[in-house]
Amino acid sequence: MNNRIKEAFAHGKAFIPFITCGDPSLEVTEQIIIEMEKAGADLIELGIPFSDPTAEGPVIQAANIRALSGGVTTDKVFEMVKRVRKVVKVPLVFMTYANVVFSYGTERFAANASEAGMDGIILPDVPYEEKEEFAPTFRKHGMDMISLIAPTSHERIAMIAKEAEGFVYCVSSLGVTGVRKEITTDIGEMTSLVKANKDIPCAVGFGISTPEQASQMARNADGVIVGSAIVKICGTYGSDSPAHVAEYVRKMKDALR
Amino acid sequence: MSKGRFGVHGGQYIPETLMNAIIELEEAYNHYKDDPEFNRELTDLLNNYAGRPSRLYYASHMTEKLGGAKIYLKREDLNHTGAHKINNVIGQILLAKKMGKTRVIAETGAGQHGVATATVAALMGMECEIYMGEEDTKRQALNVYRMRLLGAKVHAVTTGTATLKDAVSEAMREWTNRIEDTHYVLGSVMGPHPFPTIVRDFQAVISKEIKEQILKAEGRLPDAVIACVGGGSNAIGAFYNFIEDKDVRLIGCEAAGRGIDTADTAATISTGRLGIFHGMKSYFCQDEYGQIAPVYSISAGLDYPGVGPEHAYLYDTGRAEYVAITDDEAVDAFEFLSRTEGIIPAIESAHAVAYAMKLAPTMDKDKIIVVNVSGRGDKDCAAIARYRGEDIHE
Repeated sequence: MNNRIKEAFAHGKAFIPFITCGDPSLEVTEQIIIEMEKAGADLIELGIPFSDPTAEGPVIQAANIRALSGGVTTDKVFEMVKRVRKVVKVPLVFMTYANVVFSYGTERFAANASEAGMDGIILPDVPYEEKEEFAPTFRKHGMDMISLIAPTSHERIAMIAKEAEGFVYCVSSLGVTGVRKEITTDIGEMTSLVKANKDIPCAVGFGISTPEQASQMARNADGVIVGSAIVKICGTYGSDSPAHVAEYVRKMKDALR
Repeated sequence: MSKGRFGVHGGQYIPETLMNAIIELEEAYNHYKDDPEFNRELTDLLNNYAGRPSRLYYASHMTEKLGGAKIYLKREDLNHTGAHKINNVIGQILLAKKMGKTRVIAETGAGQHGVATATVAALMGMECEIYMGEEDTKRQALNVYRMRLLGAKVHAVTTGTATLKDAVSEAMREWTNRIEDTHYVLGSVMGPHPFPTIVRDFQAVISKEIKEQILKAEGRLPDAVIACVGGGSNAIGAFYNFIEDKDVRLIGCEAAGRGIDTADTAATISTGRLGIFHGMKSYFCQDEYGQIAPVYSISAGLDYPGVGPEHAYLYDTGRAEYVAITDDEAVDAFEFLSRTEGIIPAIESAHAVAYAMKLAPTMDKDKIIVVNVSGRGDKDCAAIARYRGEDIHE
């Protein structure tokens, strides 16, 4: 297991923000990462934009398009990570799609990501059945490939948990990413099934935006992941977003203390 | 490697949320595909509702004009709803019904698959929602109306290039949102396993019939079978029962758009490379970083940046050949078949006709070509008129 990721869950409930790299620019992304660490983020998910993000709702889809239109590429994201890694200690995990990795060359991608200072990767379109194509390569380079479980996973949870690395990403709701008023899934049941099979942290994501939701979710999990709500702030404030994102992260982290 | 592979292609690259639904579908399909009662119902619907078997027509005028191989046309355009799409839709909705689903969703490009899905949903009393790129809802306004008339709800997809690939993405997103009562009727031999296999099996009736019909008419197998390829369902249907007959050339016609040396193309095998998208590993039009390319073709049904995994495999092994046909060539063929045989083909199918026009003159008169006319061209008339500079409205 990657040590930095382990550390992220060693100090109470973890707050895990997500941002899309290059929205509105990689310079601003770099500042946001620095500010989020200061504001108490325990682990940061960095989205490498993809043209057709099939697991995303409208907010993150739009951020992907904005970033790609601005000329962001995988290599430019690696350069940005390399720069920011010199000043932050927070664990960094990529979240992108299988083709971004496969097309770059999985071995070359893992080597460059690891060298830049990344700690893990989440590929929402790579389920348990296809994981062996990617996970061993990332493992070799000291990166954890994070497994997801969904409200529909049921009897699959045991099998997924046994081979999970880093932490388990518990998808709170059906559907794609995006803010939700209500989360009805029994998160406690999901996380206890995971933990019955492996001693590994569980973080809940999809649909969470308010401090109240975060603290409620954290009752049955080790961490809370927030994407769309933060990406929305980036979309609204553009290059002024670092301060606004920091304020939001502080508020969310406080709710988890 | 995971299930559902054709060589390196295929697989199940989908969100965890969908995995149990896909597994359930595979189990149900494996159970029903050999179930006599299921097959009796399927055959009954194909024959008495869709109008199968479709005719294999000897195109004597076309043959004479081109002056080479004898040309037969497989008339999938004569099926109910005007295309081969109904073969797969009847199979999948019958299966969905057996699985206890009450709602179907589907993507559509030209609108043929959407119309077929809306039709069979109406027949079988299923709720139906269709996802169609906004650009395509404009190109194929008549089909949008047909779907609504049939009781389906049509969603215009505005994301990305607002064409077929975006409609597939949106239908997949909707499926993750509502799985319990919903079956996703994927319209081509693409997506995650088991879809490429299920759709192929339901379309294989095309080559099964061609084989019987040509043996009856000519006493021998054809020298070449030609079909257009977007995702590739009519082509795999026309090829499948000939794969073991190594002397039969199998030729898939991709949409070159304005040319394979331009950015305005949808010819995946000619211009794409190996990738992972929409649940499958196969060839895709993409940039050096794996971003999916905004493809183009005059044909909304071939306007897709990928190709089904079994086609990718048939290409790798050399069993099938894939050629690229431009908009210009397809439109010429659209007009040629209309005038010589009185058959207006879908602009998709016109890509296959166009290649037959190139190939037939190079072959001896005792050779035989079968062209799969996958659909009828009524839906395309306004667009072709516009292409020729005539502004007509439906």
